[in-house]
Amino acid sequence: MTDMSNTPEGAARKKRTAKRYAAEKRFEYIGLAAVLSAALFLVILLWTIVGNALPALTYNYVKIPIDLTTEKLTAENAGSFDYRKIVRNGIYEAVPGVKGRKDRKKLRGLVSSGAAVELRSEVSENPQWIGTKQDIYLPLSDTADLYLKNLMGDITRPEAERKFSDIEIKWTDQLKEQGKIESRFNSIFFTHGASREPEMAGIWGAVVGSFLTLLVTLVLSVPVGVGAAIYLEEFAPKNKLTGFIEININNLAAVPSIVFGLLGLGFFLNGVYLGWFTLGGGFPRSAAITGGIVLALMTLPTVIIASRAAIKSVPPSIREAALGIGASKVQATFHHVLPLAMPGILTGTIIGMAGALGETAPLLLIGMVAFIVDIPGGFTEPATVLPVQIFMWADFPEIGFQQKTAAAILILLCFLIAMNAIAVWLRNKFERRW
Amino acid sequence: MTASLTRTLKLSLALAGALAISTAAHARDQIQIVGSSTVFPFSTAVAETFGQNTPFKTPVVESTGSGGGLKLFCSGVGTNTPDITNSSRRIKETEFKSCVENGITPVEVKVGFDGIVLGSAKGGIELNLTPKQIFLALAKEIPVDGKLVANPNKTWADVDASLPNVKIEVLGPPPTSGTRDAFAELALEGGAKKVEMLAALRKSDKKAFGKVAHAVREDGAYVEAGENDNLIVQKLQANPNAVGIFGFSFLDQNSDKLRGATVAGNEPTFENIAAGDYPISRSLFFYVKKEHVDVIPGIKEFVAEFTDEDTWGDEGYLADKGLIPLPEDERESVAESANSLTPMSM
Repeated sequence: MTDMSNTPEGAARKKRTAKRYAAEKRFEYIGLAAVLSAALFLVILLWTIVGNALPALTYNYVKIPIDLTTEKLTAENAGSFDYRKIVRNGIYEAVPGVKGRKDRKKLRGLVSSGAAVELRSEVSENPQWIGTKQDIYLPLSDTADLYLKNLMGDITRPEAERKFSDIEIKWTDQLKEQGKIESRFNSIFFTHGASREPEMAGIWGAVVGSFLTLLVTLVLSVPVGVGAAIYLEEFAPKNKLTGFIEININNLAAVPSIVFGLLGLGFFLNGVYLGWFTLGGGFPRSAAITGGIVLALMTLPTVIIASRAAIKSVPPSIREAALGIGASKVQATFHHVLPLAMPGILTGTIIGMAGALGETAPLLLIGMVAFIVDIPGGFTEPATVLPVQIFMWADFPEIGFQQKTAAAILILLCFLIAMNAIAVWLRNKFERRW
Repeated sequence: MTASLTRTLKLSLALAGALAISTAAHARDQIQIVGSSTVFPFSTAVAETFGQNTPFKTPVVESTGSGGGLKLFCSGVGTNTPDITNSSRRIKETEFKSCVENGITPVEVKVGFDGIVLGSAKGGIELNLTPKQIFLALAKEIPVDGKLVANPNKTWADVDASLPNVKIEVLGPPPTSGTRDAFAELALEGGAKKVEMLAALRKSDKKAFGKVAHAVREDGAYVEAGENDNLIVQKLQANPNAVGIFGFSFLDQNSDKLRGATVAGNEPTFENIAAGDYPISRSLFFYVKKEHVDVIPGIKEFVAEFTDEDTWGDEGYLADKGLIPLPEDERESVAESANSLTPMSM
């Protein structure tokens, strides 16, 4: 055979091949660039969130002398006593020699306005302190904390442009030199509910709210969703009606979540007046139960679709073998098909739950986007959820909330990653290949 | 495995049923507050302090916007309706009527003032504006040679030679916001009145005037930046030529980063707004449902906490949050009528 590359035909072919290879390489690089840019954005996102969130994990406390010798304070009223005056006198004593109404007001502002509440819980836990004098660490104000963490920006700017005045800086430095300021793990952030003071604001209320809401969602959406999937896959006749239902389930999965919020408002809160009686209605506003039901409706299509796919992937031979040795259809389904489909169903459910955990839009309309201080104690009590808490903190003007927002985002991400990891683990552990 | 699976399924079904039934009836022992996002930061601060220092539960405060809040508030009497609504404007006559028709006696409480600020980044564009200039810069249509035409002003210098030659770029709230309503009413309408031709139009056709005065340009010079004022603050820092429209409390909290434009020669300061010198300021209110007092525990005490000198006074904690207090004598009279729950009249 002669060398083709020397003929004009061969040269053209070589050129075409080179072109094809170049196109292939190009496509490969474009793909790689896409992956790398996605990874880069993810790194930037995580970097900024973690960078902003870390300062929120610690908080600066100041040791001030607390005089609990007042006669009005007894073991009985320690849990309801107004400690504001005691805290006030304590800080006056810690920074002596401050005169004048304005300066004293500033000095009082150095300690968090929530310090009295903190003190109340400490004294209730340690009733033996009543009648004595104690040195107690209480949280500083958010501005003092930001200053100590160097998050105030440039402090050499003119005083009027700062939130923290020269005299406050002087007092804080003085207390710091005396060793009276201590940076501690910010336990308030993990144990308190919402607050208008950045230093008193915690994520616990939202975590409990999210838990209660998701519990309702889980309890409602899994049995109904799995039941619907079993019926449609195993029992339902294939006719126009079931076809219509199938199409609508797929459509529902794509309905924007806010629509489910409108449904919640219209049906569960207000009720539909049908002329002689009202259908629905009467559900409490801002409560976990209502939010859970709305989110359950939202996740149902996801659960049904995932469960159907899981049931469908169980080979027909399993069913046929069960039926062949005399099992009824119910027995074949529940004893053989469902256990084998379970990993897929669980994965779908967890992914659906993770979606529900990150949802705010439908909750807006049923009053769960609200300022709720008390930790919810039940399904009918007002509650809020993690993403809503993030949304609200991002909107508050106080600078201290920026770190809280980032820290809350981090916590939400941790929950989501954990849920997805469980889903992956379940799939890998129980998945069977046929 | 299989038996337990069926059992779990049955159990969760039963649980689901029980959940649905158990909520049918419930009594409420917690105050519910809805309404304006402008009053929200103040209302929440009072709610929190109230919860800490009284035996009552902390009220739940929702930010629904003034109009949305009044709609919920006026929808009827009963524990499934809110007890208090915040508003960054006075209740409208139509709203008041629907309230009364639904058997509600609203008690009006004026809480203070809020200034709307045109701010820019420190070191960025510096503006000394008049309401007329604000109107000419931001209105959709302005009169040129006796005819209404689409706003031709591209730079601030086009509006007035005294202003810097910088492209007009304003970030402001969307139409759903009460801040936008107030801005249109106070700044734009106030400015439109100063334009001769429109002043004449106002006399002859008030409706047509309102339409022109409230229309904000849509050609990109005014950007709707969403309800989140923090976002506007961040965008201003990134773009020193941009101007943002937001509530005074955000300027107050970000005084190290932002500067407010003077309007009619007055800087947007606490003192100027309190004295009424700064022209773009409005009153803030909340409305109490008298029928719910003594039904929902703590409403009277909440009103007392809100109208306490330590709360809304010159030195109170709401002033630290950026609320501009009422003058002292007005505080006294409002507190008196609020605490005696005197029904309002239009």
